[in-house]
Amino acid sequence: MLNTVYRLTQPRKIEIAFKEIDIFSSDVIVRPTYLSICNADQRYYQGTRDPKILSEKLPMALIHEGIGKVVYSPDGAFKPGEQVVMIPNIPVESDEIIAENYLRSSKFCASGYDGFMQEYVQLPSDRLIRLPDGIKPEVAAFTEIVSVSVHAISRFDRFAHKRRNAVGVWGDGNLSYITCVLLKKLFPDTKIYVFGVVERKLNDFTFVDEAYLTSDIPQGLHIDHAFECVGSNGSQSAINQIIDLINPEGTISILGVSEYPVSINTRMMLEKGLRMFGSSRSGRADFEKAVEMYEKHPEIIEYFSRMVNTVKPVRTVRDIDEAFETDNRKSFGKTVMKWEK
Amino acid sequence: MVYAVIAAGGVGTRMGSSEKPKQYLKINDKPIIVHTVEKFFVNDSFKRIIVLCPDQWINYTRDIFAKYLPQSERVNVIKGGDTRNETIMRAIDFIEENDGLDDGTVIVTHDAVRPFVTARIIDENIEAAIKYGATDTVVPATDTIVESADKKTISNIPDRSKLYQGQTPQSFKAKLLKQLYYSLTEDEKNILTDACKIFSMKGHEVYLVDGEVHNIKITYPYDLRVAKALLDEEII
Repeated sequence: MLNTVYRLTQPRKIEIAFKEIDIFSSDVIVRPTYLSICNADQRYYQGTRDPKILSEKLPMALIHEGIGKVVYSPDGAFKPGEQVVMIPNIPVESDEIIAENYLRSSKFCASGYDGFMQEYVQLPSDRLIRLPDGIKPEVAAFTEIVSVSVHAISRFDRFAHKRRNAVGVWGDGNLSYITCVLLKKLFPDTKIYVFGVVERKLNDFTFVDEAYLTSDIPQGLHIDHAFECVGSNGSQSAINQIIDLINPEGTISILGVSEYPVSINTRMMLEKGLRMFGSSRSGRADFEKAVEMYEKHPEIIEYFSRMVNTVKPVRTVRDIDEAFETDNRKSFGKTVMKWEK
Repeated sequence: MVYAVIAAGGVGTRMGSSEKPKQYLKINDKPIIVHTVEKFFVNDSFKRIIVLCPDQWINYTRDIFAKYLPQSERVNVIKGGDTRNETIMRAIDFIEENDGLDDGTVIVTHDAVRPFVTARIIDENIEAAIKYGATDTVVPATDTIVESADKKTISNIPDRSKLYQGQTPQSFKAKLLKQLYYSLTEDEKNILTDACKIFSMKGHEVYLVDGEVHNIKITYPYDLRVAKALLDEEII
């Protein structure tokens, strides 16, 4: 079948291409329904990535956060019409130690390979997770970023010592919000503090124990562990502030992406015996856990639905452009494309 | 129930000649008609996909589907009529004989030689046909259309902003289409260019569905080259 693919060929320019899909391969064919724009997509779209990276990766269909409807499942693993979340990480080998999202051989949709901005997406059946009935599709659309947070929290649980009286989350954006929501559910006895720079955004973190401006932290406040969800130019000050406030032998989870090397206070890191680990992307187990949490704690969906800034129906390439421009103007939240293209 | 009706006209019969109907020529190592039918095959709205072709091409077409779409019980290859509308009527007869016809029966009629049709176009056709009874897929006209009554001089230049180029699918409530078609006089039938005209002649509204510029009809060798070029762009 001649599948229509909507590829970014150069910044702000999306063009139509066609790719043959073998409908009798062992993979499942999914019609995307709701696609969510991630900052990584936006960096490609706006051309703010390194020109060398852009020239290597484009043309490429963007979007790695999305759900769809199964249209054809050759082995009957799914029924036509079932709503599924698509996993963009596609491992080509397995390893008993290294997780699928860290294997250098794994493919990742919308980073070197076509993302979900296609008429149909063809994926192996283990790259699809069935969604609960009645789930809000505009929220389920960004399950991928939820799974990234789930992944980092799961690793934190493995790596960090067991004193978890207070955990700080740096950042007042989407990833921070999601991480705070999940931490509150997974560690109900732990005090969750969020640290950010925009008061208006921090006010939306209604469920945390305290929200602080990074410029106005009370004397004597300490945390046992921390999550850094800042990235970009703010990484450095966030990480160094964490190092200042964290108790000895604490664990710092780094989630924010920075295009530049970051200088950190290693002296204090050594003195306190801190542990720092990075996390990126996620794998099937993290998606499963995210969906399991939706079912177990439906109130999570309500919290996440407050993140949905815009649901933009997309029928034309111009609609795609408008969705990306709308997303670029927002200060918080997610732009979701209702994919009718 | 919704049915796809794929009209595979063209009667060239000489094996291996350039006169072979275009729907049987290959792009990406697969006959164009198979690419087209696959778009309907993966859409579970369709109870059947009825492919209509000239008598002498029926076995050939069945063989093709046996080869390329081996699990295609939903695909039925039957004989078309002498005109496009007769072909559609045959499809409706086939539906009536096999599954019965009611007010909710919708047919999405499509050219076999338009393999670049998209899921959106198909979905919007189904939706609009159910809601309005008749739909046509169109794109705004880009060329100025000139009318000439004597084939020598311009008699009229219609306002381009009101003109569209018709593509397919065209979709209809089957029972209504049949009623309207058989209410036409022979003279009226003779001036029909397509099925949508049956509705407009009888005063029924035909809803427009946005087509796509790339939903091209592969009619001439030039079109085939364009189609192949569109696929050659595949990079990743």
